[in-house]
Amino acid sequence: MSKQIRQLDRVVIRFAGDSGDGMQLTGDRFTSETAQLGNDISTLPNFPAEIRAPAGTLPGVSSFQVHFADYDILTPGDAPNVLVAMNPAALKANLVDLPPGADIIVNTDEFTKRNLAKVGYSSNPLDDDTLAGYAVHPVALTSMTIGALAEQDVSKKDAERAKNMFALGLLSWMYSRPYESTLRFLERKFARRPELVAANVAAFKAGWNFGETTEDFAVRYEVKPAKMPPGTYRNITGNAALSLGIVAAGVRSGLPVFLGAYPITPASDILHELSKHKRFGVTTMQAEDEIAAIGAALGASYGGALGVTTTSGPGVALKGETISLAVALELPLVIVDVQRAGPSTGMPTKTEQADLNMALFGRHGEAPVAVIAPKSPSDCFYAALEAARIALTYRTPVILLSDNYVANGSEPWLLPDVATLPDLRVEFATTPNSEDGGTFLPYLRDPQTLARPWAIPGTPGLEHRIGGLEKADKTGDISYDPANHDHMVRTRAARIDTIPVPDVEVEDPDGDARLLVLGWGSTYGPIGAACRALRQRGLPVAQAHLRHLAPLPANLGAVLRSYDRVVIPEMNLGQLAHVIRARYLVDAIGYNQVRGLPFTAAELETMLEEVLKNV
Amino acid sequence: MSEPVALKLTAKDFKSDQEVRWCPGCGDYAILAAIQQFMPELKIPRENTVFISGIGCSSRFPYYMNTYGMHSIHGRAPAIATGLSVSRPDLSVWVVTGDGDALSIGGNHLIHALRRNVNLKILLFNNRIYGLTKGQYSPTSEAGKITKSTPVGSADAPFNPISLALGAEATFVGRTIDSDRKHLQSVLRAAAEHEGSAFVEIYQNCNIFNDGAFEQLKDPATRDDHLIRLEHGQPITFGKDGQFCVVHPPGGFGLEVRDTASTPTEDIVVHDTSITDPAYAFALSRLPGFDLRNTPIGVFRSVRRPSYDSVVQGQLAEAKAKVTETPEQQLAALLASGDTWTIS
Repeated sequence: MSKQIRQLDRVVIRFAGDSGDGMQLTGDRFTSETAQLGNDISTLPNFPAEIRAPAGTLPGVSSFQVHFADYDILTPGDAPNVLVAMNPAALKANLVDLPPGADIIVNTDEFTKRNLAKVGYSSNPLDDDTLAGYAVHPVALTSMTIGALAEQDVSKKDAERAKNMFALGLLSWMYSRPYESTLRFLERKFARRPELVAANVAAFKAGWNFGETTEDFAVRYEVKPAKMPPGTYRNITGNAALSLGIVAAGVRSGLPVFLGAYPITPASDILHELSKHKRFGVTTMQAEDEIAAIGAALGASYGGALGVTTTSGPGVALKGETISLAVALELPLVIVDVQRAGPSTGMPTKTEQADLNMALFGRHGEAPVAVIAPKSPSDCFYAALEAARIALTYRTPVILLSDNYVANGSEPWLLPDVATLPDLRVEFATTPNSEDGGTFLPYLRDPQTLARPWAIPGTPGLEHRIGGLEKADKTGDISYDPANHDHMVRTRAARIDTIPVPDVEVEDPDGDARLLVLGWGSTYGPIGAACRALRQRGLPVAQAHLRHLAPLPANLGAVLRSYDRVVIPEMNLGQLAHVIRARYLVDAIGYNQVRGLPFTAAELETMLEEVLKNV
Repeated sequence: MSEPVALKLTAKDFKSDQEVRWCPGCGDYAILAAIQQFMPELKIPRENTVFISGIGCSSRFPYYMNTYGMHSIHGRAPAIATGLSVSRPDLSVWVVTGDGDALSIGGNHLIHALRRNVNLKILLFNNRIYGLTKGQYSPTSEAGKITKSTPVGSADAPFNPISLALGAEATFVGRTIDSDRKHLQSVLRAAAEHEGSAFVEIYQNCNIFNDGAFEQLKDPATRDDHLIRLEHGQPITFGKDGQFCVVHPPGGFGLEVRDTASTPTEDIVVHDTSITDPAYAFALSRLPGFDLRNTPIGVFRSVRRPSYDSVVQGQLAEAKAKVTETPEQQLAALLASGDTWTIS
């Protein structure tokens, strides 16, 4: 039968199932197929901290949302148009996010009495009016997959496990996705077990063919490619982009990279990724704890490497003392904090921006460091390079504040030409630097950058000692002199304050906005989407987004003062707003949510509309 | 470590221009002088030698050595030194630490450096007291010790640093005494020649807060009866005219001290630092009690195991050996790996 084909400009699909159902993989593959087609994409995985929570329960639900469109999009979408629910738990956990009329594809095989009871359904929602108002597509996913693989040389368990590929095949058919990359992927993934390649490919094709033949799916959709700048693209998560940025920093500086890290969610992927790149001279050390991880990175920096440590909030707390030492030693060091919901263990797989205070102020003594935050998954690449640039040029620790949302979310990335990446080469000190040329002064500064010379062990004639005790200006000798300490504290502060960072740019297409929305880090997407929506409705609003949190851009004060109202949405209780109010005496309004989830564009739009009424 | 080169260095070359600020009479002076005198023997250029310390009296050590040095933070020297050593295999990296620094706040880093067998020479100055914070008991202080923080006696059982290092899989473990320069230098020599972690406990007198802690080992009247001088390949005898010896009693797990006169010669243990099983060195470490009677000094254990540095550097070298492109070409290929698509 021939099916009707309908054009859409954008679609949001959420794949949801048990932690063991392979939903992340399914979403990942669908995303890759969609990328091949040339749509703009944004994704949001959402999974529990437990590796395998009890099967079929609400805490065990894992989901992956993908938003794709024929124009450029900024977020993974507020609400799914389509939910794929592999079991009752997945249905129940995600139903609340579905707008009326959404498509729900359910795996009916899992809607057994026992599974329904596990999540508190007293009657089957497929039979009562729970799903009234939705377009429900009941599909016996498990049994059809097992049936399709009856001739294959695989166990029933392996056949059942391929049901996610059946679902992927069905969705790929529904949205006319090219599937060659998925077939290639399966061949790679199961290279050592050809029978599983055959089984998964068969399951995928069975899902595709089911879509084509069943009468339940009368419509097939197309989403045309987006107009995007020419070039080669790949889909990339923030953690992957950040890892590549660190490799690139090593290449562009000519320095070996040393990563000291201790496993922690959601930063461990960076350790995994960098451990694969030894051919670039990247050393990774899984240390005994967070403190050793940064200690080893600092030791490597002392020896002339680009020292990096990656962690999440609790790890940064443990590293604080060593960050202060690095401030005193004035050595380059990059500290990556992939923020998660706190305090304490909090919600390790959920996002938050509540480590800004710690990054800016969370150390003993006056211990200023540079702080930067990426605004999107692909921006993590450039943020890593920028963190390395500041660390190497100004010989300072730099904290890079990523978060779970950008770390695990993905988007298409226009691959840069390597030759255009910043030149990060540094010069080590090789000769004595005193006026008479006779002695080496480890704390004699470059007048422009205020950076001290980086004299690495192995350099003859420059033997010197550094340490955590206060140092005399220039000579670096131990000093308890009051005036010297005052001078050194102020100099260390000035060293950060005077780092030149780009001016903050304001997006105000018509130039008539009186309301400015200021954000930082991963809120860029939802804020941008909300501002666009308001402008389309004729409501002027300006957006400014901070990449550099310390030092702040020189023009920020003037920008803030040129608007009648400033709103600062943050996934914390107002940490940036606090800084802005204190520093610029601007009566900024905070808009704060700490639900472990990114803002939706819709809620920001509603909030800003309210604010606009009083501007 | 660097290849030895023809260098004419003297002890003076290793003295920095900084005024030494330990208390007059501190055992640290003797250790500093012994090490400054010993370093030229290694024929390692000063610029390739790095001393890294934590916090405490002993940790001021790097300031007084005219080499590269870092006075870091409390307990963390082994971690910092690990990062330096593994990324700079051309350097000779020494860690100077104390009983509080290494065994209390930094215990975790010490044991992990030892189990990894990082190419570090770790010198633990053990004075059984917190000196820089003015006299609290330390993790090596005897149980019941009365100090400022334990006015009716410490309730803690102490660590035996040698036993601890052996339990942490250390490949080289030695002990020496601040006041015996010749012995101290002999143990350092063996440590310096060892590839991997070399752990050396140095009994050091704090004349202000714990004076005379090791007096029985130093007083000519008592030392011969207390000290067991370990020599690889030699039967373990000590005391006046070798009147005591060490035996492995049948049926027991440990070692015991006997009268040499009544012991058949073949029963006397011949010291062997190369025994792979750490149980032997551990038994040696358990001979003395807190009265310091039967205290072995010298090298307890020296066995070969690949250093962490060499394994890591080997992995890097193997990965790099396959590379034929420039770093920029490699990077461009890495960025474009995985599924890509082109928009024209």
